[in-house]
Amino acid sequence: MKSARSIATLLAVITALTAAACGKKSPPVARPMPPPPPVSGSNTPGRPASPPEPAREPVSVPSEPMRDDAIASASLDDLNKNSLLKPVYFELDSSELSAANQKTLDENAALLKRYPSWAVTIEGHCDERGTAEYNLALGERRAGTARTYLVSLGIAADRLRTVSYGREFPFDPGHDEAAFSKNRRAHFVITAK
Amino acid sequence: MTKSILPGMLAIALLAAWPHAQQPTQPPAPQQPSELEATLTSEGNVAPRLAIPDFIALSSDAETIATAKTISQVLWDDLNFEREFTFIPRDVYGSIPKATSFNDVPFDRWRELNADGLIIGTVQKVNTGFRVEMKLFKVSTRQAIYPRQYDGSNARLFAHTISDEIHKSQRALNGVARSKLTFDSDRDGERITGTVQQRSIKEIYISDYDGENQRRVTTGRTLNIAPRWSPDGRSIAYTSYRRGGANLFISNIFAGTLDEVTKGDKVGENWLPAWSPDGTRLAFSTTRDGNPEIYIVNRDGSGLRRLTTNPSIDITPTWSPSGTQIAFTSDRSGTPQIYVVDVDGLNISKKTSESYCDRPTWSPAPFNEIAYAARSGPGFDIRVLDLSTGATKSLTFGEGTNESPAFSPNGRHIVFTSTRSGKTQVFTMARDGKNVRQITKAGNNYEPDWSK
Repeated sequence: MKSARSIATLLAVITALTAAACGKKSPPVARPMPPPPPVSGSNTPGRPASPPEPAREPVSVPSEPMRDDAIASASLDDLNKNSLLKPVYFELDSSELSAANQKTLDENAALLKRYPSWAVTIEGHCDERGTAEYNLALGERRAGTARTYLVSLGIAADRLRTVSYGREFPFDPGHDEAAFSKNRRAHFVITAK
Repeated sequence: MTKSILPGMLAIALLAAWPHAQQPTQPPAPQQPSELEATLTSEGNVAPRLAIPDFIALSSDAETIATAKTISQVLWDDLNFEREFTFIPRDVYGSIPKATSFNDVPFDRWRELNADGLIIGTVQKVNTGFRVEMKLFKVSTRQAIYPRQYDGSNARLFAHTISDEIHKSQRALNGVARSKLTFDSDRDGERITGTVQQRSIKEIYISDYDGENQRRVTTGRTLNIAPRWSPDGRSIAYTSYRRGGANLFISNIFAGTLDEVTKGDKVGENWLPAWSPDGTRLAFSTTRDGNPEIYIVNRDGSGLRRLTTNPSIDITPTWSPSGTQIAFTSDRSGTPQIYVVDVDGLNISKKTSESYCDRPTWSPAPFNEIAYAARSGPGFDIRVLDLSTGATKSLTFGEGTNESPAFSPNGRHIVFTSTRSGKTQVFTMARDGKNVRQITKAGNNYEPDWSK
């Protein structure tokens, strides 16, 4: 990962992105509501009642599709926050790619072809219903399945690293299927552009 | 290969609290050789009944009084842990006159309560800390059958040492009162700030067998997981993401140094090191040849040797006590199951046929068992496979989800994780599933191991 950019550059990028999002050229399309953010602390019984939150954490709203010039100038952080490369989700104990997953990966491959300098780490993740140990390998298999598919579409293998986090980094800390289904995923992080 | 990263202060603090690492501070030399050593017995074939009144403080300062009280209470817990003795209930001790020395013990009163053995101790303040004198009396004959004297400063360590020696001399048992646990924990609440989300780090912790003296031994501020004690109790091997992917590291916790066992760009992911019984090698799982396979490597990273060759997942190795076989988890049958293979890679045999099994842990001798986690409904339970008969039995029964078993050095106890109290915590239980004790309370705690 590249070293931190200067604050000035970051501010300029944010300003540019904001302008892109709010500019008059953007058609006033109805934006889908983002899913409610996970309520932090809801799974920590025994914690003393905290005073009411003064303000909600700023929710990162999925922006409208970024334009090419915005993508070219955006920082890695912004690119990844906007999830330009979409995650793919798996069934319990499975690393098979569904038809929907393949469509998602086709789109990711198209982006990777348009920006051939990007390097990507594919993270494999699991839900908490597998063991801590076996999930390390299952996450690796999920990331590897996604990587193999992208390579079959012509993406150079040396642009795609994989790492498995098993069940260590759940995206949704809940303990129900709604959470589990978000946590069984191959997640894409752009590491160089 | 080795470089110093742990702060020196940490190493010194650990050293001070460690029974095996420093020079022995309490040489267990019999002080009164004229007194005959004998073994405590009871009527019939039942466990001897012990009483452990508060040790006698030979001075009236608060520190000596507190040390005397702590020693007797911890000693009671330590002896109770192995269930080799029964105990006169402590709430009746108050009706018995307190002894002020070894010379005024009211043996008749203890005999009325059917005590077979009586542990009397004195605590004397000396320059270097305390001198503790302890005598195990046979109540019927008033004979001191096991007298010992110790010098030291750590009240709990006095008790642990006395307990281990009484178990050894009276029951021919290797007690575990001075053994240690290790596990990983997210209790510090530190996070990796990432581009996608905040991610909770985990660090390696150690504690006494009873959960006391919990302390952190890694400062990687990353994922450090699945720690395993070296057989000599001086090092911990674990899986760390501090270089990005998963690699094997060894923290030499008293030297304050860190060894990288797997490194380089072409090594793939490396998980779950397990020490050979002689401490010279590690079995682990790595993807360096494409998919997770079991390998063995010397602890300095040399001598890499591949054990399994299969397109499915092979992970979570554990050594047999003789060092001639390795059990591991493979999903080559379609689901994760336990397999055993010789260390030369030959004679692979499947040992379980359940819905989902993982984290095999081989028992120490004389038991010939493998404990593992088996899916049993929505969660997991701890099960034990007897390798000589092929029989399996459950030790937990759906109280939360129960995972990651490891045996105590004498094979009589199992440490594991459970969500039965809310978050994921470390527990110990006897090998029959009884005497469950919660070890951790802060944060979530995972993948425990017991020192050898």
